[in-house]
Amino acid sequence: MMELVCPAGTPAALRAAVEAGAHAVYCGFADETNARNFPGLNFSPEELAEAVGFAHARGAKVLVAINTFPRAGAEPLWHRALANAEAAAVDAVILADIGLLAHAAERHPALRRHLSVQAAAANPDAINLYASAFGVRRVVLPRILTVDEIAAINREIDVETEVFVFGGLCVMAEGRCSLSSYATGQSPNMNGVCSPASHVVYAEEGGDLAARLGGFTIHRTPKSAPAPYPTLCKGCFTSADQTGHIFEDPVSLDATHLIPQLAKAGVSALKIEGRQRSRAYVSQVVRAFRAAVEAQAAGLPLPESALARLTEGQAATAGAYAKTWR
Amino acid sequence: MDLTVGPNFFFWPAEAVRGFYSMLADAPVSRVVLGELVCSKRLPFWQGEIPGAVETLLAAGKTVAITSLALITLKRERKLTAELADLGLPIEINDLSALAQVPDGQPFWVGPLVNVYNEGTLRWLIRRGARRVCLPPELTLDAIAVLARLGREEGVPIEVWGHGRLPLAISGRCYHARLHDRTKDSCQFVCGEDADGRDVETLDGQAFLAVNGVQTLSQSTASMAYKIETLAEAGVDSLRLSPQSSGFARICAAYAERQSGKIDGSALADILRPLAPGQRLSDGFPAGPAGAHWSGGRA
Repeated sequence: MMELVCPAGTPAALRAAVEAGAHAVYCGFADETNARNFPGLNFSPEELAEAVGFAHARGAKVLVAINTFPRAGAEPLWHRALANAEAAAVDAVILADIGLLAHAAERHPALRRHLSVQAAAANPDAINLYASAFGVRRVVLPRILTVDEIAAINREIDVETEVFVFGGLCVMAEGRCSLSSYATGQSPNMNGVCSPASHVVYAEEGGDLAARLGGFTIHRTPKSAPAPYPTLCKGCFTSADQTGHIFEDPVSLDATHLIPQLAKAGVSALKIEGRQRSRAYVSQVVRAFRAAVEAQAAGLPLPESALARLTEGQAATAGAYAKTWR
Repeated sequence: MDLTVGPNFFFWPAEAVRGFYSMLADAPVSRVVLGELVCSKRLPFWQGEIPGAVETLLAAGKTVAITSLALITLKRERKLTAELADLGLPIEINDLSALAQVPDGQPFWVGPLVNVYNEGTLRWLIRRGARRVCLPPELTLDAIAVLARLGREEGVPIEVWGHGRLPLAISGRCYHARLHDRTKDSCQFVCGEDADGRDVETLDGQAFLAVNGVQTLSQSTASMAYKIETLAEAGVDSLRLSPQSSGFARICAAYAERQSGKIDGSALADILRPLAPGQRLSDGFPAGPAGAHWSGGRA
């Protein structure tokens, strides 16, 4: 069966994910060492150790994302995170930075290493390089590849692949995007945040709600309509005589229907985005996906009804997987 | 501190490429990185210009390196990357996977699109054979200082982004094609219509970004005009100037005058502003508070 890797922004969400059937949960420490460094989220070293005990007692794994790029002059913060993860007996760490991978391979050789999507390893050469240089055992693939490309990659590598199937969608190569820091000074790579709420300002103007990020207008919606969060790359902009979502519509990723094809492409694990999501959301999504991977493993059709509900009322796309981008 | 000209991000006609590199032969720059960075589909249209440009630049006493693509996904692109090693020039890797194609022991350069954020990464790359490193534009002055110091200790020159629209993101999707309701595979090379990228404004008309095929750039032209002394004190060895379609000879000359102390930051900014596409400058990545910000010389 493909492994279902589920988000846990808090200890409560972790317990909910495990109880809903997650094979593995991923989480991070409450600081800038992880790419979901949001206020009120994440784990202290003590909470992590406790969570690992809870998960292991129920047969689930815990993966810890230490996937920002350590700040020059401040590497010890990231090194401590690695040591704390190992001390908590986690099943793997998810890393992106070369220097941190080298440190982990040297100082924590027994700690299993996964390559974060933030490393944007998008071809077999990159993946094999990370595998041979740092002993990486699994790679989370960027969301810019088609299913065919994923299959081709799997034919040329010896490590496991994990792909995002549900939740937020980066349209840029992850870990290689400074759009957010251009507007706000805060980026996923450096600070673990993208389009941070601290830099969002809403203003009612002539019947519209304008959403600005770092002073730049990301979209305007009529006051009566639901206003999406102003994530920079999902904004509405103008270029010459055209106005629209130049990069991507405000949609989220839903590759549920591609689960059989991803299995055939040799994917080992399916990842659900959303460490910032509520416990109820995590629980519902995990339950639906567990049913789907069970069905897939048993050769049965996917339970459509369980999955259709999740994105109801919200636009979703299969992103690059379905190749419409090409 | 000297000047390095980075690879051209844009899709220019072959004759424009030829003119550009023959102009650079006479410019006060020490080295030039050339080759296709953004989109492998463009290369057949201008790759015939590369051998001549290399020869001209070498004859003029410049050091020349060849860049990898910024995002390598297709088999054809991996093969293309492997062939770069045969050119007899240093390779500047701008996608880490290009490193897999550099034979062990062969020196290489690291470009601004490789994530070098800290000492551990810089040290690993140097041990692997990096002989020059241009840092990512996103870095703060503090981070630049730490890494430049390490570069000095290790004998590896450190370069920073000196001038040009900032490479903010790269995608699997072509935004130029999308703006023309085409897919990447049927783009008809519309990115060639915009010699410095296609401007993107906010709904309130704020100058914001520029798209260049699969690449997203800042609309402002980043310039270290006011930061030269700080960068020099930090131990930075070279400023990278990123090609733009007009006024580039004047731009190179002006930065050289600034480095030699002939003009100050404000005089350089006055020269650059009218030449920049969109006439806007920024230096907020190193100086804060955000990349788009322009210090105007204020500390």
